[in-house]
Amino acid sequence: MLPEIGQFTLILALFFASSLSILPLVGYWKKSLILTATARPLTLIVACLVFISFLTLSASFLLDDFSVLYVSQNSNSQLPIYYKFSALWGGHEGSLLLWALVLSAWSSAVALRLKQLPQEIGAIVLAVLGAVSTGFLAFLIFTSSPFVRLLPDSPIDGGDLNPVLQDFGLIVHPPILYMGYVGFSVAFAFAIAALITGQMNSAWARWARPWTAVSWAFLTLGITLGSWWAYYELGWGGWWFWDPVENASFMPWLAGTALLHSLAVTEKRGVFKSWTVLLAIFTFSLSLLGAFLVRSGVLTSVHSFAADPTRGMFILALLVIFVGGSLLLYALRATQVRSSIAFGITGREAWLLLNNILLTVLTLTVLLGTLYPLLFDALGLGKISVGAPYFNSVFTPIALLLIVFMGIGPLSKWKNTSWNALWRPCLLALVLSALLSSALVYFNSFSLMAWVSLSVAFWVLFLSLLDWLNKISLGREGLLVRACKLPRNYYAMILAHVGVVVSLVGVLLVSVNSHEVMVRLSPSESSLVAGYEFRFDSMEEVKGPNYVSERGQFTVFKDEKQVAELYPEKRFFTTRQQVMTEAALDAGFTRDLYVSLGEKLEDSSWGVRIYVKSFVRWIWLGGLFMVAGGLLAALDKRYRRRVEVA
Amino acid sequence: MKKLVRFLPFIIFISLGVIFYSQLGKNSQELPSALVGKKVPDFKLVSLVENTLQTNSDLPKEAYLINFWGTWCPACHLEHPFLNQLALQGVTILGIDYKDDAEQARQWLSEKGNPYIDVLMDETGVFGLDMGVTGAPETFIIDSNGIVVHRHQGPLNAQNWSTIKGFLK
Repeated sequence: MLPEIGQFTLILALFFASSLSILPLVGYWKKSLILTATARPLTLIVACLVFISFLTLSASFLLDDFSVLYVSQNSNSQLPIYYKFSALWGGHEGSLLLWALVLSAWSSAVALRLKQLPQEIGAIVLAVLGAVSTGFLAFLIFTSSPFVRLLPDSPIDGGDLNPVLQDFGLIVHPPILYMGYVGFSVAFAFAIAALITGQMNSAWARWARPWTAVSWAFLTLGITLGSWWAYYELGWGGWWFWDPVENASFMPWLAGTALLHSLAVTEKRGVFKSWTVLLAIFTFSLSLLGAFLVRSGVLTSVHSFAADPTRGMFILALLVIFVGGSLLLYALRATQVRSSIAFGITGREAWLLLNNILLTVLTLTVLLGTLYPLLFDALGLGKISVGAPYFNSVFTPIALLLIVFMGIGPLSKWKNTSWNALWRPCLLALVLSALLSSALVYFNSFSLMAWVSLSVAFWVLFLSLLDWLNKISLGREGLLVRACKLPRNYYAMILAHVGVVVSLVGVLLVSVNSHEVMVRLSPSESSLVAGYEFRFDSMEEVKGPNYVSERGQFTVFKDEKQVAELYPEKRFFTTRQQVMTEAALDAGFTRDLYVSLGEKLEDSSWGVRIYVKSFVRWIWLGGLFMVAGGLLAALDKRYRRRVEVA
Repeated sequence: MKKLVRFLPFIIFISLGVIFYSQLGKNSQELPSALVGKKVPDFKLVSLVENTLQTNSDLPKEAYLINFWGTWCPACHLEHPFLNQLALQGVTILGIDYKDDAEQARQWLSEKGNPYIDVLMDETGVFGLDMGVTGAPETFIIDSNGIVVHRHQGPLNAQNWSTIKGFLK
């Protein structure tokens, strides 16, 4: 009964969502207040219906209803209860339902804060979000319903969740990532509303900014979690693979970062208007493109869902309607949102323009690398694959250049900055960072690239510090009072920029100062890696809820003192007959100790892979800084104060 | 003119859409090869196991697989256990360690087991270029006359092996 209710509410939701995408627009066109006023209730109804549908599927999972095909494919009666819940988004159909749920959550958030906006704009924004919901709900219902039943011959037990996904990471990573991906539809809806009404002013940017900042923060957190998960779960210690699906989440992030900065210019100075609109469309398009690449099977990836051309066709159609439609609208209407305010080459506008150019180039670099195999094949030139070497050699220098400018940008002022205000701190920071990084590189004998990257990291830190000192020493209130009075937005920027630097340092030190050995060890033997002695104590059999495991015990010593005990496992999942390597790690602020079991060799020895990775945590720590920055930016008082005035 | 520029994003997107359309339904794992029907190109490579120079005359006389791999390649980690299985079933596999480091390759084989009758080092990727390799893992099937009969990109596994093994005679 429950699955039928879920399917039924989904169909109802599709009906209401399609009305939502039409009625308010007709209302705008006919100038009918009654019709535009339907936007808010319709949005909330759709959200409730999708939520009920989501609940029924969760219930089917928790109640082990294996007569539901999707449940039987992705769950098992032995599965721990928290994985039964998260198994809902372990496959294509359920994750799409999660996508629809997140989309309706964002839409209702907009609907509940509608008073901020002029009525007609609010109605159009909700209508656009309704149109996006319609597309995804139709996709869900017509090609990928999670409620298909296996009756009357329903299986007694399920095929179990893919063991790779039975992990804490899977519980949190997809919902958070989707919050980010889908959140950019709000910025997109604002952009479309601006194009339709032609009301493209700084108020527009002020409404769109907090939404964009929050989505960006979620996307950052989602990518950070994904990278951390891959690192400890996949068992070979890497944290980024330039896999098409990772790129699919990274491209909207890069475009979204550009959008955040260009929205700032549009809000403060009223320039870059049509560019900002275009960026909002791009960011949304790139998240749709990500969905297309993952779910259509046109590219091979470790993440791919079961490939299905009909589904691919459907998303392609959605892509053409939304992206093609909005780009066409842009081409026809963009004249109305052009602006012509002059600014000097040292003004903050110019620095942010540079930021946007570099971020766009980075996005295109990743896009090209991801799509190159497709384009190559389509032109009849044969098949090709693009790997990490391309991305590392093309992406890294541009990214470093961007970070160099990231240090200078915040020093500048709107319109024009005097060269004096720029060159003094820059020179000071240049000298300090060159000296400090040279000293570090000299004592640790790092490579040239490490020296460059470390200098860049110090450069940004010194410039941010100098700028902050400079700002708080103005006025007579005293340093502390001044420091507290600086706007949240400013601290948000500092946090996010420092986050980038922290990640950069992590990436850098991991790549130049990681130790990795593959050894053959028998119990009671030990291996010395980077000053740490890893002793293989024993091996034991452990039984888990749905697997049996061979678990090794390792004790790690440094200078004769015990620093950690590690328990790497080789798990055999009985239902899927699959073996999973569960790496064990001891996380630390300056280093990670990482042990992963390889193959069992003859007698009682094992192939063991041991890593000592310096500063790997910093990569994700930097991510958390950026998240905090994004959230703080959205909380800036400005967004609430001006609302009351309006 | 300026008006046209604004249509540019739209036009680029539509051309991308056409390309996506043409790619749908194609199997992205299937790769044609210009080498099919020809002999394995000439090579002189050092064997990882014996440290001697090997040429075409050292190739196996029976039907066999040439498998390109590298310790840098994530998908090769996934493929390796299956190659071990194939070797146990008596399939002859010649490994080419592609753009890789000999020491790391030895460690890899000692840790994960060695399914290969021999491993040749192609550090510079020249042989890979001759074979038209686009990445790793990639596998060529050579029949008992020494002719390349099939090429497969991506990891071998139980599902695709059922079709690939038909070429191995």
